[in-house]
Amino acid sequence: MSRWTRVRRWLGRNALRIYGVIAFAYIFTPIAYIAVYSFNSGGKDNLTWRGFTTANWTNPCGAPDVCNALGNSLKIGIMATVVATILGTMIAFALARHRFRGRTPTNLLIFLPMATPEVVLAASLLTLFLNLGVNLGFVTIIIAHVMFCISFVVVAVKARVASLDPRLEQAAMDLYADEVETFRRVTLPLVAPGIAGAALLAFSLSFDDYIITNFTSGAVNTFPKFVYTSAQRGIPAQAYVIGTFMFLLAFVIVVGTELARSRRARLRT
Amino acid sequence: MAIASVARTEVSGDPAAAPDRPRRGRRATPYLLLLPGMAWLAIFFAVPIVTLFGTSLQTPAPSGEIGAFEQTFRFANYADAIQEYSTQLVRSFVYAGIATVLCLLIGYPLAYMIAFKAGRWRNLLLVLVVAPFFCSFILRTLAWRQILGEEGFIVRTLKELHVIPAGMALTASTTAVIAGLTYNFLPFMTLPLYASIERLDPRLLEAGADLYGNPLTVLRKVTLPLTMPGIVAGTLLTFIPAAGDYVNAALLGGIGNRMIGNVVESRFFQVVDYPTAATLSFVLMAAILVLVFLYIRRAGTEELV
Repeated sequence: MSRWTRVRRWLGRNALRIYGVIAFAYIFTPIAYIAVYSFNSGGKDNLTWRGFTTANWTNPCGAPDVCNALGNSLKIGIMATVVATILGTMIAFALARHRFRGRTPTNLLIFLPMATPEVVLAASLLTLFLNLGVNLGFVTIIIAHVMFCISFVVVAVKARVASLDPRLEQAAMDLYADEVETFRRVTLPLVAPGIAGAALLAFSLSFDDYIITNFTSGAVNTFPKFVYTSAQRGIPAQAYVIGTFMFLLAFVIVVGTELARSRRARLRT
Repeated sequence: MAIASVARTEVSGDPAAAPDRPRRGRRATPYLLLLPGMAWLAIFFAVPIVTLFGTSLQTPAPSGEIGAFEQTFRFANYADAIQEYSTQLVRSFVYAGIATVLCLLIGYPLAYMIAFKAGRWRNLLLVLVVAPFFCSFILRTLAWRQILGEEGFIVRTLKELHVIPAGMALTASTTAVIAGLTYNFLPFMTLPLYASIERLDPRLLEAGADLYGNPLTVLRKVTLPLTMPGIVAGTLLTFIPAAGDYVNAALLGGIGNRMIGNVVESRFFQVVDYPTAATLSFVLMAAILVLVFLYIRRAGTEELV
């Protein structure tokens, strides 16, 4: 067999894997760019490379308003996540565990917010707030964020509840646990990873939201809003530091839990 | 992995519908569980849609004061707005359509690779697909602007190699906006595709290979039809946000690339013309809902929730 045929065979066998490497390179290109330029020195706009420095990382609040906006985003994200996760989990349990009249309209009201473009959600909430004469600010942002996070929490938690083996709960009941005890000691721990995942999803949706926040925030600045408005005059390198840091943090959490999970799964078998 | 499970349920049936599940608790329990969340959605999603419709039928107040409008039920607002902004409306759907097709072309082989070739790295690669979500999407969009910008390494190299003419720019163009939409919404396509490809029975593919011999025929007659739920869900999840997006057009496009979202935003904040903004939002939503319901007739509501 000539070398060329062997190369062609290998390429044919591994074409999909090679494609995967290229696709992931594409997916990570802008993130790599952001990480590299978080070490860029000098200047306000961070458009061209001016030399390596760690100054941005040691002083992430150095640029005006960056940390104020970040703090607001974190506060809003945490509040919205807590409320949306609780409300969404309750709905998920109702849908996965109970039969009731009005299932179809319920499903529709959960599905529609996910099928409506953000700009329409944003415009409709703004018209409501304008008609009621509500002052825009923290409260209106959190109201909006909870609204668009609930549906995603429902979908994520419902999947987890539905995949539970009902025999585990029946066994607990047979062992003289009452309903509350069974829920607390058996059901909740089993569903907890799903709820945690849903909360993480809700937080990332809220933290990264720009369009709905822009319509409902009034004068309150958030991190995405800060980045968007400073795009005209140049984004300070500190914003790149925060972007990189949040990415690494979430990445470590998610990959860490994933690795721990797969290790547990391997130990079990 | 929450996002993965979102994708997974998008294409799966509703397990609660199984008839043998025992009914627990009292009759009121499900309603008590539903009440707070559904009330939130009713007040802050359904009611605003109604006020949006109301606002879309308003006309400027006779006092001429800026930002003051009267409820006049002027349905001609719709004809006016559609006529005036038909270019941006059509453009939004064309851009979103092209981006959706590109996402499908990029995402399908990627999802297939993760499902069948990744082995024990499968879950990790799935995390990598959604990893960009952890980094601000506006920062990423701006990063593309700078990577593809005039001073960027790629454009300089291409120009030195005479691949593109010296005067050409990759940013502030139709290409840049569509590329941005494609990049930003790729995970929304890949996850549901993965969820449905993962459940393919490899034996069916083997049988298809024995039957047809040609990999392309197997793809067309076995793989694609069986993964249709994933394709439908992914297409919707990509197309809907892409059609309403205005960040990509604002950051990567020029004046000639404005989409309907840009018009709505500027009608609200620069022109203070709430009725037109509301009318256009409503047209966008109606157009999208028509498309969604055409799809749902094939897939069923519960399967999409």
